[in-house]
Amino acid sequence: MSVTTLSSPVLAQRQPSWLVRLFDYKPFLIVMCLAPAIGLLAVFLTYPLGLGIWLAFTDTTIGRKGVYVGLENFQYLLTDSLWWNAVFYSVVYTAIATFGKFALGFWLALLLNNHFPLKSLLRAIILMPWIVPTVLSALAFWWIYDPQFSIISYLLVDVLHWRTTNIDFLGSPWPARFSLIAANIWRGIPFVAISLLAGLQTISPSLYEAAMLDGATAWQRFRYITFPMMMPILAIVMTFSIIFTFTDFQLVYAITRGGPGNSTHLLATLAFQRGIAGGELGEGAAIAVSMIPFLVFATLFSYFGLARRKWQQGENND
Amino acid sequence: MTDIVAQPATADAKAAPDTMAWDSGLRRLMMIYLPLGCFVLILLFPFYWMAITSFKPNAELMNYKEHNPFWISSPTLAHIKHLLFDTAYPRWLWTTMLVAIGSTTLSLIASTLAAYAIERLRFRGSAYVGLGIYLAYLVPPSILFIPLATVVVQFGLFDSPLALILVYPTFLVPFCTWLLIGYFKSIPYELEECALVDGATRLQILRRITLPLAVPGLISAGIFSFTLSWNEFIYALAFIQSGANKTVPVAILTELVTGDVYQWGALMAGSLLGSLPVAIFYSLFVDYYMSSLTGAVKE
Repeated sequence: MSVTTLSSPVLAQRQPSWLVRLFDYKPFLIVMCLAPAIGLLAVFLTYPLGLGIWLAFTDTTIGRKGVYVGLENFQYLLTDSLWWNAVFYSVVYTAIATFGKFALGFWLALLLNNHFPLKSLLRAIILMPWIVPTVLSALAFWWIYDPQFSIISYLLVDVLHWRTTNIDFLGSPWPARFSLIAANIWRGIPFVAISLLAGLQTISPSLYEAAMLDGATAWQRFRYITFPMMMPILAIVMTFSIIFTFTDFQLVYAITRGGPGNSTHLLATLAFQRGIAGGELGEGAAIAVSMIPFLVFATLFSYFGLARRKWQQGENND
Repeated sequence: MTDIVAQPATADAKAAPDTMAWDSGLRRLMMIYLPLGCFVLILLFPFYWMAITSFKPNAELMNYKEHNPFWISSPTLAHIKHLLFDTAYPRWLWTTMLVAIGSTTLSLIASTLAAYAIERLRFRGSAYVGLGIYLAYLVPPSILFIPLATVVVQFGLFDSPLALILVYPTFLVPFCTWLLIGYFKSIPYELEECALVDGATRLQILRRITLPLAVPGLISAGIFSFTLSWNEFIYALAFIQSGANKTVPVAILTELVTGDVYQWGALMAGSLLGSLPVAIFYSLFVDYYMSSLTGAVKE
């Protein structure tokens, strides 16, 4: 930092233009550099976040400025069975999908951590579901879940003869719910696997060698070396995953739009249906705001629940 | 970016315990190749299904008794032709491309400057600004789209692709800034000190020294932003009303899904064409994707 103060006067002598000098004045430069990012985030993120919370306390509709109505929107939501349904399904969806993604993703990461030919190609291919637009792969799932021409039904009925009738994937509540969860897990596995693989590769092989010399089994090595060493990265990836699964919108909107009989509404799709499609901005905002406590809780739970384990093991994970 | 360089070294080092652990070839086959094969099969099947449906004539699509559904007997380009000539698909592709490039450029400029200020200009509280930008990444679009819709209307940008170009940086800037901070950290500060001693201004240093060295980081951030904005859905759905201005993901879902009989051939062809640009982009820059994804997590 001392270099800065020394060089500024020197520069001032050599470059007389006041504009150049202004841009070399550190506080000004800092403000100029931060202005675009902070400006964009303030106008399109912080302000809407506050506005959303305000809207939740008004009865605004599209085209009409609302007035403050206090907790009315929230009181209404508490009596609204559709909202409770959405809360229920959002929690179920997040819990099962997160569990599935992490169990399968961790397994895939462990598999990819082995040595075999064409490893980098395989790693690249595996990330495809995460790269392709979610809505477009969701459409493919919609077609796979077609009541009449589902390829899964075809396999089970006509090829394997395990069933006699087609599976009605999206026609009744529980099958539809699980079909959506399966699609979400499918989409989430690559991200989890590739992130965890990066974590696995940072674990020093000498730990495994030491454990093997001491006669540890493969399970013990996983349980007492791999798993604890992965805790910090698991905590971060899981926090992200929970946030974005709980607030998921695309998959459900593309495949079922909340049907059949509103049974697969997530809070985000319900907020869209009420707020944008139905025009009840205030109520939609209230539904969106009602996601925040769940998110904060889930974040704290996953982050501190997992990170505390790391502290117990000590900080020596280098 | 350091990961790319570092990987071969760790990979070699890891070989030792593996060979010790796996003794028989059969066990290796059962424990590694078989599950891996299943994973790849399941992860790729929807794409195969999407691709094969796009080239099937309608007669084959709806008749599994006479045609094996896993293969095409008489491939056709009818669905793609229908898409390109009977719908506004080229227009949607163009809009999506425009929005993705516009928002990527905007976010790259904003986040490069911000990351440079936070990491290199080091002022009091720079760590908090960095944390604040990082926290912005944790605010999901599902919470923001309703109030943002009113903001977009206030600005008179409703139904305009410009709204998307301005709104997408809300989730691109935090990610890119985060990635670039990590990248700038890896560039030796001594280089900048030398230039300062030689009398370069801060902006000259940024332009002539830091940015050229940070090109791989910029590419990572750029391709990631491009992919994320190409894939974005909820804002595009909420802010764009007229058919012509829609982005590909929204347009396929709202314009092509009509009536009770779904045109699966056209829908899948649309999905395939809409996925291709990012897939090609991805295949060209695979290493950058990997390093930014893993780098972002490690940070």
